[in-house]
Amino acid sequence: MLGALGLDSAAGLFDSIPEDVRLARPLDTPPALSEIELLERFEQMAARNSAARRPSFLGAGAYSHYAPTIVDSLIQRSEFFTAYTPYQPEISQGTLQAIFEFQTLVCQLTGMDVANASMYDGSTAMAEAVLMAERVTRRRRVLVSGAVHPEYLKVAETYVAHAGVELQRLGFDEETGRTEVGEGAALDKTVAAVVVQSPNFFGSIEDLKGLAERAHAVGALLVAVVTEGASFGLLRSPGACGADVVVAEGQSFGVPLSFGGPYVGLFATREQYARQLPGRLAGVAYDKEGRRGFVLTLATREQHIRREKATSNICTNEGLIALAATIYLTTMGRRGLQEVAAQCAQKAAYARRRIAALEGFSLPHSAPVFNEFVVRAPAAAEGLLRRLAAERNVTGGLPLSRYFPGRPNDFLVCVTETNKRADIDALVEGLKNSLESGG
Amino acid sequence: MVLKATPHITQNEALSFERSQTGRRGYRLPALDVDETPADELLPAELRRDDDLEGVPELSEPDVVRHFTRISTWNYNIDLGMYPLGSCTMKYNSRLNEKVARIPGFANLHPLAAEEDAQGALEVMHELQEHLAEITGLPGVSLQPAAGAHGELTGVMMIRAFLDARDGAGEGDQPKRDVMLIPDSAHGTNPASAHLSGFKVKTIRSTDEGLTDLSHLRELCASGDVAGLMLTNPNTTGVFERNIVEICRIIHDAGGLVYMDGANMNALVGVARPGDMGVDVIHLNLHKTFSTPHGGGGPGSGPCCCTAELDPFLPVPRVVKVGGEGAGARFALDSDRPQSVGRVKAFYGNFGMHLRALSYILTHGNDGLREATEAAVLNARFIAHGLADTFDKPFGPPPMHEVLFTDKRQSRKGVHTLDIAKRLIDYGFHPMTIYFPLIVQGAMLIEPTESVGRSELQQFVEAMKEIAREALEDPETVLNAPHTTRIGRLDEAAAARRPVLRWRPAEKSASA
Amino acid sequence: MSNIPDGLHYSKDHEWLRVEGETGTVGITDHAQNSLGDVVYVELPKVGDSFGGHESFGSVESVKAVSELFLPVGGEVVEVNESLQDEPEKVNTDPYGEGWMVRVRIADASQIDGLLSAKEYEDFVQTDAE
Repeated sequence: MLGALGLDSAAGLFDSIPEDVRLARPLDTPPALSEIELLERFEQMAARNSAARRPSFLGAGAYSHYAPTIVDSLIQRSEFFTAYTPYQPEISQGTLQAIFEFQTLVCQLTGMDVANASMYDGSTAMAEAVLMAERVTRRRRVLVSGAVHPEYLKVAETYVAHAGVELQRLGFDEETGRTEVGEGAALDKTVAAVVVQSPNFFGSIEDLKGLAERAHAVGALLVAVVTEGASFGLLRSPGACGADVVVAEGQSFGVPLSFGGPYVGLFATREQYARQLPGRLAGVAYDKEGRRGFVLTLATREQHIRREKATSNICTNEGLIALAATIYLTTMGRRGLQEVAAQCAQKAAYARRRIAALEGFSLPHSAPVFNEFVVRAPAAAEGLLRRLAAERNVTGGLPLSRYFPGRPNDFLVCVTETNKRADIDALVEGLKNSLESGG
Repeated sequence: MVLKATPHITQNEALSFERSQTGRRGYRLPALDVDETPADELLPAELRRDDDLEGVPELSEPDVVRHFTRISTWNYNIDLGMYPLGSCTMKYNSRLNEKVARIPGFANLHPLAAEEDAQGALEVMHELQEHLAEITGLPGVSLQPAAGAHGELTGVMMIRAFLDARDGAGEGDQPKRDVMLIPDSAHGTNPASAHLSGFKVKTIRSTDEGLTDLSHLRELCASGDVAGLMLTNPNTTGVFERNIVEICRIIHDAGGLVYMDGANMNALVGVARPGDMGVDVIHLNLHKTFSTPHGGGGPGSGPCCCTAELDPFLPVPRVVKVGGEGAGARFALDSDRPQSVGRVKAFYGNFGMHLRALSYILTHGNDGLREATEAAVLNARFIAHGLADTFDKPFGPPPMHEVLFTDKRQSRKGVHTLDIAKRLIDYGFHPMTIYFPLIVQGAMLIEPTESVGRSELQQFVEAMKEIAREALEDPETVLNAPHTTRIGRLDEAAAARRPVLRWRPAEKSASA
Repeated sequence: MSNIPDGLHYSKDHEWLRVEGETGTVGITDHAQNSLGDVVYVELPKVGDSFGGHESFGSVESVKAVSELFLPVGGEVVEVNESLQDEPEKVNTDPYGEGWMVRVRIADASQIDGLLSAKEYEDFVQTDAE
């Protein structure tokens, strides 16, 4: 082939690169490994992740849920995972129909009218919702609950740093664990949106209806954030409570934990704000013969057309993960989602009862919860949980001191349908014994 | 002439909601093993869902498998054949990478596990960081951004933070230096990202060779308000910016920084390094250059690599080595970076893609990475050579990993880029990128990647030549293409005028 | 050859103005709608909004492009063609009639002199094409 192009060697291909900029040595990266050697290497590294091998009560934005086997086998079909953005709809109907189904399912779960094809994750979806609120209302101030996931808050702060939006944190009631909008918050006509997570980071279910009313009274939007997608199976939808924008993390829908990513952000809103949505949208279209198909539509909102005036700079999103979530939701279906949610809530209630009965332990927040709740130990939680892992081989929860240094004895416990009764009992026994052995 | 494509039996398939049958189940969970608390004690009624999840489908497992299998057969994909989307780098997606990502020790690891229980994951990230630093020649690396545009936003925010620290903050949201220079050939994410960081955008013209116009660049820099330049190299016309060192010097002398969009790294890996050219910060697309799967639109991963000077501004937490060597090495997450731009995403980035990219780098080895680059450029040159007499090639310099043509010759007869693309489908290829970059009319940007052999390249060249001939002798065939797909050209205008963006029960009658 | 009726004033941004006493009706020209292709959406201001001459008052979208709309002369919006919400295609089928966009109370009548006549606009379109 080089001959056909009139070149002597491969080096000639790079003549247009100035010599002083060309790399004059091989890359200092390892030599090629065979499949056998490579797998061995990765297995060795994986073996150092002891947390992956034991029962876990970790939640806080990433959840252990059962994923039906067919989810992973279907997303490994070449046609789904080696295809790209459906720029040519005639040969991308598989991807486009799946996106349309995803958008519909997101609307059904959130109680909204329109949803996009996905965002990177729940945290960036929330940040984009803040920016959208400013675009829609033309107001600068956004009130964000201090009970939103701390990492989500950090992401929002980074996104709005120079975007003409002022974020103000709302406090929460120590007793209930719920967001408080006090006088000092100044919820008035200068506010674009009130952003609240429910169930919140502490597991408390918020009064979305009440907050929506207060926001609407001053012409502000209510943005509801959901990190545990399983809660949609049991809790009243944010849409039904009056939310204007709902963003969520979809990792609970058949997506592996995978040390934090890839996950999938859900973004849904009311009909009237459809043109302010960031991200891709698939819509129905017909060909000359009247056959129904799907196309990417309302593209004029997006970066490749509107450039600096785009609703977002997002391009590649989380396509295959959205597909996994779609297959999960379709397989579990209406009854499966309800059953998963019911089991999560029931097992969490059982765990709460047993832990609350332990001497020295308490549940500091009184608001109703779904499957996550805070436990207050009589000693430092971090050390307690480390001992529990070493002695009982269970990850008992998340020490809150990771984000709230002023709460060293508190830890967050999450229970899902994957936690067996025996595991919960072992957790409870472990907590009890760790005190007896000298704490 | 042997056509790659033949009509293929596919099945019709309605929406899952239209297939739904009340009472069907696709799953089974173990029975509840704890004493049941009555619903009202569990949660007050006003907090509970009252719509019974109406509309969410009920399907059996075979229903679900058939549904998604059928619709999957409507997709073109890389495993079928060449997918020459320019600047997308549609190379082979290794199954070995998929196996690695599914190792339970990685797949089942919670991001908030204690650091001492996640050492393997941190080791993977640290090693990937080192290799990406070596490949780009830029030592500071963050794997946190989830896609190219995300990495781009991060890089531009870092420039903003650096300048605010060096020159002092501006007034309100405005930086002291508020202009970001972007070539007219740039991808739309570039100006969108600049805008999100509070910059104004000024466009730099391209020369008639498709390269950055240096005199225009100098002119724009003379105003003293330039914060930086966002550049793609090779640029979006597929050509290497041979004045890159001078370009970086001009920007640096004017007090600004150079951001490089790394979308076209497939032409540079192992051959030349952005850090050696004077670039200050770059984002990479792991789903392009490093073969992680495109997935129908993601997940991506857009790591940011930068100079030592910009390192303090990278997102947190950073993955650092804290001691030991080899099997005894220990790693940690370090958030103590007071000048960091902050977080751009919860947790640490798309870790599943980090795994796959590292697997790609180790599979190829340092020789293999360079060979892949050579093959990618060779393949694009082959196509350029083969089509030089048939299509208008607007710019002279030799193409790198992708080649740009326009429909100038064919459009005189009424056949345009869109039509050529649709007709290419009938020949068994996914069309190239069309109407990008915007600096020429009717652009066709072709990137074969290294994952294509000579015979398929030859077939592509022949198909394009045949279409050019049809455009002259039998234009109707091209104008009404594609003819072999299960659905024809869709009315996108009607779709945008009255958008239907979700299924609703009343729409059951809108059948295929 | 696009339609350029007499009796209207034209701007170099391809908008037309029909003066009716103190108010003027504004839309885009036949040449403009033809270049845009099928119009899918028109973003219009609210009644009561005011704009200066050549200031952007909205935008018009086709499937693949967005163009800003510029008011030929400054004024206050007194009426908006709401029917374009549901039938944006009127801009293509009847750009000078049913495809009208806004009606404004003209702030400064002398600005009209700065606009082009039908013949001048025709010449402008010709040279622009070259």
